[in-house]
Amino acid sequence: MYEEKNHKHENRFQYRQRNMWTGILFGFGVVAFIDEAIFHQLLHWHHFYDKSTANIGLVSDGLFHAFSFFATIGSSFLLADLHRKHGFWLKRWLGGIFLGAGAFQLYDGIIQHKFMRLHQIRYNVDIVPYDIVWNVLAAIFIIIGIVLLFKTNQ
Amino acid sequence: MHSHEAHTQNFFFIVQLILVFPFIISFISYFVGVVLSNQHKKQWPYFRTLFWILGHVCAMLSLIGPLAELAHINFSAHMVGHLLLGMLAPLLIALSAPITLFLRAIPVKMARFISCILRNSYLRFVSNPIIASILNVGGLWLLYTTPLFNMMHENSVLYILIHFHIFLAGYLFTIAFIYIDPTPHQLSFVFRSIVLLVAVTAHSILSKYIYAYPPSHVSAEQAEQGAMIMYYGGDLIEIALVFILFYQWFKRTRNTVFAKAII
Repeated sequence: MYEEKNHKHENRFQYRQRNMWTGILFGFGVVAFIDEAIFHQLLHWHHFYDKSTANIGLVSDGLFHAFSFFATIGSSFLLADLHRKHGFWLKRWLGGIFLGAGAFQLYDGIIQHKFMRLHQIRYNVDIVPYDIVWNVLAAIFIIIGIVLLFKTNQ
Repeated sequence: MHSHEAHTQNFFFIVQLILVFPFIISFISYFVGVVLSNQHKKQWPYFRTLFWILGHVCAMLSLIGPLAELAHINFSAHMVGHLLLGMLAPLLIALSAPITLFLRAIPVKMARFISCILRNSYLRFVSNPIIASILNVGGLWLLYTTPLFNMMHENSVLYILIHFHIFLAGYLFTIAFIYIDPTPHQLSFVFRSIVLLVAVTAHSILSKYIYAYPPSHVSAEQAEQGAMIMYYGGDLIEIALVFILFYQWFKRTRNTVFAKAII
């Protein structure tokens, strides 16, 4: 029993990079899913297309849209693979999720919404508080992610 | 005027029949193949036959009958037809493993000959994921961003050719990424994933492009609806494709785990 536990621990350290990346990809996919399901479909705050969108915005949106479901499905299979190899490390995986989720939200909030003007968070309201909450939340996620990843790297 | 309309109706029906005819032949051939294969080998899986039937139903729905007729005047109906013919039918038909069945149904000597043909360099070239993606998604860009879309509805020959192309390119695209049938020139999962990601991206961008810049003679409202059908409907089928691709990776890498466990 002891030996098995020790063996498990060895595996998860061996796969620590993979645990992190699996989490990052999954976090990325989760945020994209929340964005699509809640802000596009349920609240109808975000618009499918905004007339002020630059062409580069369309390319970026297409790429990130496609990548979001690649990341979700791919990271789920990677997660299954980690379990199969007895190399799963919950804390490190969660760290990856926070980092991936925060990074994508920050990219979406700053680059896609503001520079590429893909669409805004909400229309016909004062947008500043929405932007602040969105991006500060993203920064908090990134910090939590980095702390967790740093703690599991020693 | 009335007789002219009746004439166009008749003519359009003939166009539909020409498009559906190859599907009827292939539909029946599969069942002959199943009977032949079952005589000598173990039972051909029922679920593969089911995929074959569903795939053909999807293709035929888009080529003949009310949806095909509505597609001429309604862009949303056109998009639903496009999803059925170019994406869903090819995926279902690829999952029914027709080439495997064909090789099982014919005598061994002939099967060897056929598999030699399947290995030739032309097929290798067109079933490369990059080429298949260009033929498939590139063809769609050509169709929706040039006057070709308009010409297609005025010229029956063009209409037939484009519809065959949409199906064949869709099938080629599907089998370039997921390997159900014997595939002589297999490419790595990473390479296929990256190319698929780019192809899916190009499809998403095209949907939004159509939303922003409707094809000629399509109203803004219809283009917006059609574009959203293309975007979200395409997602569903692409998700299935990505899932199968990664599932195949998961199954393929299983052996290395066992190998490590033994050591």
